[in-house]
Amino acid sequence: MRQVSLVPGLALAAALVLGPLMAPPSAALAVQPDEVLADAKLESRARNLSKHLRCLVCQNQSIDDSDAGLARDLRILVRERLKAGDTDEEVLAFLVARYGDFVLLKPPVKPTTWLLWFGPFAVFAVAGLGIWAASRRKAPAAAPAEPLDAAERQKLATLLGRDDGPEPGPPEGRPS
Amino acid sequence: MIRVVTYLPLAVAAILAVVFFWALSGERDPSRIPSPFIDKPAPVLDLAALDGGPRLTRAGFAGRVSILNVFASWCLPCLVEHPYLMALAKDGKAQIFGLNYKDKPDDAKAWLAKHGNPYARIGVDRQGRAGIEWGVYGVPETFLIGPDGRIRYKVVGPITNDHLKELRRMIADLAK
Repeated sequence: MRQVSLVPGLALAAALVLGPLMAPPSAALAVQPDEVLADAKLESRARNLSKHLRCLVCQNQSIDDSDAGLARDLRILVRERLKAGDTDEEVLAFLVARYGDFVLLKPPVKPTTWLLWFGPFAVFAVAGLGIWAASRRKAPAAAPAEPLDAAERQKLATLLGRDDGPEPGPPEGRPS
Repeated sequence: MIRVVTYLPLAVAAILAVVFFWALSGERDPSRIPSPFIDKPAPVLDLAALDGGPRLTRAGFAGRVSILNVFASWCLPCLVEHPYLMALAKDGKAQIFGLNYKDKPDDAKAWLAKHGNPYARIGVDRQGRAGIEWGVYGVPETFLIGPDGRIRYKVVGPITNDHLKELRRMIADLAK
């Protein structure tokens, strides 16, 4: 057995583990070169908008991440709208009008989404109130233990290995 | 109070069971995105006709119950729903328009020649831009448009027997 054979294996393992970690996170692999606008400022606005728009085909990817045909169409459309002078809000409104709020990866705050946005806080508030109410109620005082009678003292002494009469000694094992 | 706390986990589990049952039931399909167009006027439409005849525009919807079906020759589910469109065309209660989505005109013509043509007029949308205008995110999709030019119903994906019944019921209603 040659010891050397371990080294390439370790190198491969290290490459497999570290490689994905070192790659830039979510590099713009989906955005094709021909889509990119010459104006860097517009392009960065387009990229930012694309990250917040849902790809309707893949649904849990943004159009910035998705290779779906519709995602590409929408990326191009976003850039066209920006070039035509739309504000970011106008571009989003254009798409919401056609695809509904679902096209936005971050749902807007409105009455139908109040439960979504404020539900968790409501749950916390109710839980907090419950804990507060429970802590306010005084815990019932524990009933005082009844003293042992003579027979019980005798039995206890026997169990403890002593036979020195009915008088209770100090309990063993308790720090004085 | 103790009694309430004792049954609280059971109550929470029961509520969750109801939520999960609802979320997993066949009635609810999260990939079906509700159209924001229901009961709204039909969006802009102006496409060259596949046969070179008059253009497909919204004006064609006026005064009659209309169906706009998004289809393509490369789309297998379109073939599945095709007999239902032929049946609706045979009913003659609504005029059926086709939106030929990202298709080659020659392929579309060959497909229609082979399987039958239920459409009164077909608009060619090679880039999918009209599709975006109508909030289309997959093929096939089918819109039912009232005589007032408002969209009343939308089927995402292939028309099924249930959809056919619903379409026929609504067409009869809208024609009144």
